[in-house]
Amino acid sequence: MATSSEIPGASFRLSMLIYDTRYRSITIQIVFLFLFMAGFAWLVDNTLTNLAEKGKDIDFSFLGMRAGYDINQRLVDYTNDSSHLRAWIVGLLNTLVLAFCACVTATVIGVIAGVLRLSKNWIVSKLMTVYVELFRNVPLLLWIIVIFAVLTEVTPAPNAFRGETPSASMLLFDSVAVTNRGTYIPSLLFGRSLGDVNLGLITVSTNYFILLLVLIGSIWGYRKLQSDALKQQEATGIRPTTWWKSLLILTLPLTIALMAMGAHLEYPALKGFNFQGGGYIRNSFIAMWLALTVYTGAFIAENVRSGILAVSRGQSEAAFALGLRPGRTMSLVVLPQALRVIIPPLISQYLNITKNTSLALAVGYMDLRATLGGITLNQTGRELESMLLMMLTYLVISLVISGGMNVYNSAVKLKER
Amino acid sequence: MSDKMISFVRTEMLPEQTPPSSQVGAMRWVRENLFSGPVNTLLTLLGIAVLYFLAVHLGPWFKNSIWNADSLAECREILAGQSGACWGVIKDRWHQLIFGFYPAEEYWRPTITFFLMLVAIAPVLFGGLPRKMMWFSAIFPALAFWLLWGGSIWYSVFAMLGFVVAYVAFRALQQVSGVVAVVGAVVAAVIWWLLLAGPLGDLVASVVPVALPYIRSDDFGGFMISIIIGVTGIALSLPIGILLALGRQSDMPLVRWICVGFIEFIRGVPLITLLFTASLLLNYFLPPGTNFDIILRVIIMVTLFAAAYMAEVVRGGFAALPRGQYEAADALGLDYWKAQRLILLPQALKISIPGIVNTFIGLFKDTTLVVFIGILDPIGLSNAIRADSNWNGIIWELYAFIALCFFLFCFGMSRYSQYLEGKLKTDHR
Repeated sequence: MATSSEIPGASFRLSMLIYDTRYRSITIQIVFLFLFMAGFAWLVDNTLTNLAEKGKDIDFSFLGMRAGYDINQRLVDYTNDSSHLRAWIVGLLNTLVLAFCACVTATVIGVIAGVLRLSKNWIVSKLMTVYVELFRNVPLLLWIIVIFAVLTEVTPAPNAFRGETPSASMLLFDSVAVTNRGTYIPSLLFGRSLGDVNLGLITVSTNYFILLLVLIGSIWGYRKLQSDALKQQEATGIRPTTWWKSLLILTLPLTIALMAMGAHLEYPALKGFNFQGGGYIRNSFIAMWLALTVYTGAFIAENVRSGILAVSRGQSEAAFALGLRPGRTMSLVVLPQALRVIIPPLISQYLNITKNTSLALAVGYMDLRATLGGITLNQTGRELESMLLMMLTYLVISLVISGGMNVYNSAVKLKER
Repeated sequence: MSDKMISFVRTEMLPEQTPPSSQVGAMRWVRENLFSGPVNTLLTLLGIAVLYFLAVHLGPWFKNSIWNADSLAECREILAGQSGACWGVIKDRWHQLIFGFYPAEEYWRPTITFFLMLVAIAPVLFGGLPRKMMWFSAIFPALAFWLLWGGSIWYSVFAMLGFVVAYVAFRALQQVSGVVAVVGAVVAAVIWWLLLAGPLGDLVASVVPVALPYIRSDDFGGFMISIIIGVTGIALSLPIGILLALGRQSDMPLVRWICVGFIEFIRGVPLITLLFTASLLLNYFLPPGTNFDIILRVIIMVTLFAAAYMAEVVRGGFAALPRGQYEAADALGLDYWKAQRLILLPQALKISIPGIVNTFIGLFKDTTLVVFIGILDPIGLSNAIRADSNWNGIIWELYAFIALCFFLFCFGMSRYSQYLEGKLKTDHR
């Protein structure tokens, strides 16, 4: 009854570290770790030697010093007396705003192009194919430069809007002026403003805060209405009419809030050599926004298309057999299943957009790389610290987005055995 | 009696009618594909409007193209106020867009290198060609380096001999043990490259001088630099990416963590920051006094960047393999590397071909970013050309030409990947 699995006389020998699979992985890992640490130590040692040779040290106190440069686009207060830390935040916010705007519009363009590429309509599907292939196969940097060139070379100068018979005219009922210096749009002003609240680093406008609250409340009310209607439909089989109620819930509170605060639009007007009043969007922002939108839109279109194609034909055939119309087949049967395939690559496209905002360098948009990784770096001469902070910032943004993706993925994963 | 009941029965068939004109040929196609419903009709009209808009705005520009002009002013004189493309700039400066500031009398070198590259790539891309051509592919990197940068040929030769040294060492030590042989081969090659190759190169070069004029990296530019960085990055990032993917799903936690850390770090930061690291910070990380070529630095960074993405793509391929494949490989008694090489990698790579080629295309497009660290790629050169007073103010023609070249390369790659997918398809659908 000797069922011992031990090999008789198998005492530990040194060669077992290599030949015995029980120990080999440990050996490999230790060697790997040793090599890794040695390499890392070598880099750190080199860096310290080099820094000492140049008489530099690693010091982050430059962040508190006066920046001394202007940033022409900012969401929070900033003057050239502000600190480098604040310049960093201004740049970060610029990056995030650009990334957010581009994500939204690229998704819209991408979904439309992806669905249209599958359309039975020959002209439309071929046009979309051309769009997708053209934008996917040419570098983003080139598109950014080309679109910036279009904005600055083709659009009229402000003085073309002048005179009795101007050679250029404002769009959308004289409210938007597209010029080679940028685009002027109407801005929202509040006659009975509630003022701003200073939260230390950033200043929050109470007006917009209240509008946001009202909007969230309306959306909550709308969803409540919809779910109540669904409950009633399930109980009685008849769905109550909700469209006018939802319209009212969504628009009325916002309108009341706007009127209570005395909101009105201020239109840009040509004064002197340039437009005054209203809002002003720089060409650099528009060029980045448009380029990121159309470029990433082409990629998203492909994701959407492959997601829709991934839903097996039997699903839409079954829906047709049940008598659903094409539109409802799409929204009730195909899209929910396609979304599971589409969302992960879509989020990685969002990641790409965020990283690609760093190409703003080409058009001079003041993003994170231009403030912290550009002017601050050059002014203070702290390459190591600035680059480190910049990389860490991008890394954190990326990890947050991909963390969100993982949460979503596990939420929609098919529940299997 | 019953005869009267039957009123009428047709005894012969009616002649077959032609279908209505709306149900045949082009009309039917148009009705079904373009005007099948209100939405579809609207889309068709929109599509036609877009095409019309493009034709009206770009048509004359292309139609009035001018190829023979030495300056923008001359172009405008010929056009006399009309809209028209001035392709004269491409005719005048195409060599600069392709070769950068490479000396004109040496243009034959990159040209030959380019065609040799096609020969070297061919056996890798197309299975039908003789396998012996692989030998040329193997020596091509050293040959290309010598042709492009010049200098003595012997350094390239001795650098390649390092691989021969490694192979000899491997065969000699194989009797002892596989692991020892691998380590021995690596050590022998490193010793050869660090200590012997340089002095031997000097020695032989002084006896048998075979040399081309040396060209500095600063003179490289244009599509040449895009292709050098792109092709090298592509060739290097695939093996590194595969290793990283294997490391990422390894059973050894330490190896896994380090690979995950590397991949996530690289994927989390924009390529620009890595390129700036290469140009600004690399000198900090290397021993004092080291100063190596900017093109080499860029290639290293681009390769690492693409390798991290490649690792994720290949990992996706591995994840798509059924568990049974791993178990079957184990059941056959294959060791780790054999199982990977014979069973798992071929299938995983086949699945991930589209992703791999997409990464390649992305890498090739990303080579344009080197303009930010002062390398004159086509976009950088378009600025340089515009700085010339003859061509000051020319914009679209240059961008159109650059875009067309990139499009041809990238579209070609994506077509190749579709061909490869079709060729390797083994399911019977």
